[in-house]
Amino acid sequence: MSEGDIEQRVRKKVVEHLGVEEDKVTENASFIDDLGADSLDTVELVMAFEEEFGIEIPDDAAETIQTFGDAVSYIKGAV
Amino acid sequence: MRRVVITGLGMVTPLACGVEETWSRILAGESGADTIKGFDASHLATTYACEIPRGDGTNGTFNPNDWMDPKEQRKVDQFILYGMAAAQQAIADAGLGDESDEEKERIGCIIGSGIGGLESIANTALLIREKGPRRVSPFFIPGSLINLISGQVSIRYGFKGPNHSVVTACSTGAHAIGDASRLIQHGDADVMIAGGAESAVCEIGIAGFNACKALSTKYGDNPKAASRPWDADRDGFVMGEGSGILVLEEYERAKARGAKIYAEVIGYGLSGDAHHITAPPPDHEGAERAMRAAIRHAGIDVSDIDYVNAHGTSTMADTIEMGAVQRLLGDHAAKVTMSSTKSMTGHLLGAAGAIEAIFSTLAIRDQVAPPTINLDTPPEDAVIDLAANGKVEREIDVALSNSFGFGGTNAVLLLRRVHD
Repeated sequence: MSEGDIEQRVRKKVVEHLGVEEDKVTENASFIDDLGADSLDTVELVMAFEEEFGIEIPDDAAETIQTFGDAVSYIKGAV
Repeated sequence: MRRVVITGLGMVTPLACGVEETWSRILAGESGADTIKGFDASHLATTYACEIPRGDGTNGTFNPNDWMDPKEQRKVDQFILYGMAAAQQAIADAGLGDESDEEKERIGCIIGSGIGGLESIANTALLIREKGPRRVSPFFIPGSLINLISGQVSIRYGFKGPNHSVVTACSTGAHAIGDASRLIQHGDADVMIAGGAESAVCEIGIAGFNACKALSTKYGDNPKAASRPWDADRDGFVMGEGSGILVLEEYERAKARGAKIYAEVIGYGLSGDAHHITAPPPDHEGAERAMRAAIRHAGIDVSDIDYVNAHGTSTMADTIEMGAVQRLLGDHAAKVTMSSTKSMTGHLLGAAGAIEAIFSTLAIRDQVAPPTINLDTPPEDAVIDLAANGKVEREIDVALSNSFGFGGTNAVLLLRRVHD
């Protein structure tokens, strides 16, 4: 799985779950502050990443995933 | 005591999405029953129900996207979606929406459901079995809880008054409206968004009611004939789904803002049977007591009643209810029309009392009693007119709406044309 591929798949999940435009999902975009998510949305989003990549993201790690960039770098390290 | 009037109506029913669309089909005697399309029900004892007609939103069809953002729909069970659709209609109909912050603290919500997010609960239980507890959605609980229509409506509109809910099986809708009217009478609120919603037409819902032998099973070849209150060939109720919501408002406030006033809630009566978990007692004296309590509360005489919207579910209990109504009315029974709109909508459980309060309201507005369809062989001891197979145009000043629920819970509403 290439790094660009991971980024694309994470972006697709974010767009699907938060109902935002693809170009809003930038490296530093915060799910809560910039993309309109609430705390329950972020829980669901992390679950979607787990499902998409077949990984388990522990709760303490999930709490550090605040931005699109955080998600991509965590998943790159986990797959 | 402060007076309470109805100033807004909204509904999603198996006949149509929308009050006027549903009402015109009710007056035409149409049935909302059909073979179940929402899922494969061919393995169940009952294969038919009254489902919401889905479509693009034209011609009375229900388009979920007209009422909730698709992203939000994913987070709620169907009963909440139906409730949100009916609430938005009712609030728009009442012309609410630009109140001050202070006024919004005097507007509350009391919207209930008989069962709530039944299908979500069933699906989540299966998901846990299949994939484990970590796959459970964070929206499962807030998307299944019964009081979450009240919560969602208050959040959308900023209504900060009493936020409440009701769960009394098939009496839910009537109890919600009655309790809301009390809250206004007692000064806890000036406006209440009140009603019920239900979405139990799913595998576990049908199987569950089949197990209590409550549902019709004999009419798989002709579902439109299955809901036949009082008829000799009735064999159980037909499940419906949807929502009915009313805007109740303190009379002087409604008058002062020039609101359209449909009718007044003049009486509310409650009682318990203390008899059996699913069946009424043979004389249903609990129903009679609830009707008498509503009449006493309203300060009217039984001879003032013109129309009764019966609970009439198309079960053995129909004739028991008729007996209680005829006992209550005495000699006046021969002058009253009683119908069961469940013959057309099916039984919407926790939403039934709410949609039937709306039909009773419209019966007063249009001076017409809706029909009881499929009533080919009425009970021999019927003295009251059962509006068999055709609407009855007549004077209707006072309408009584009955709702009875499992557990032996009875709620009765009395509505009247507004008199100054």
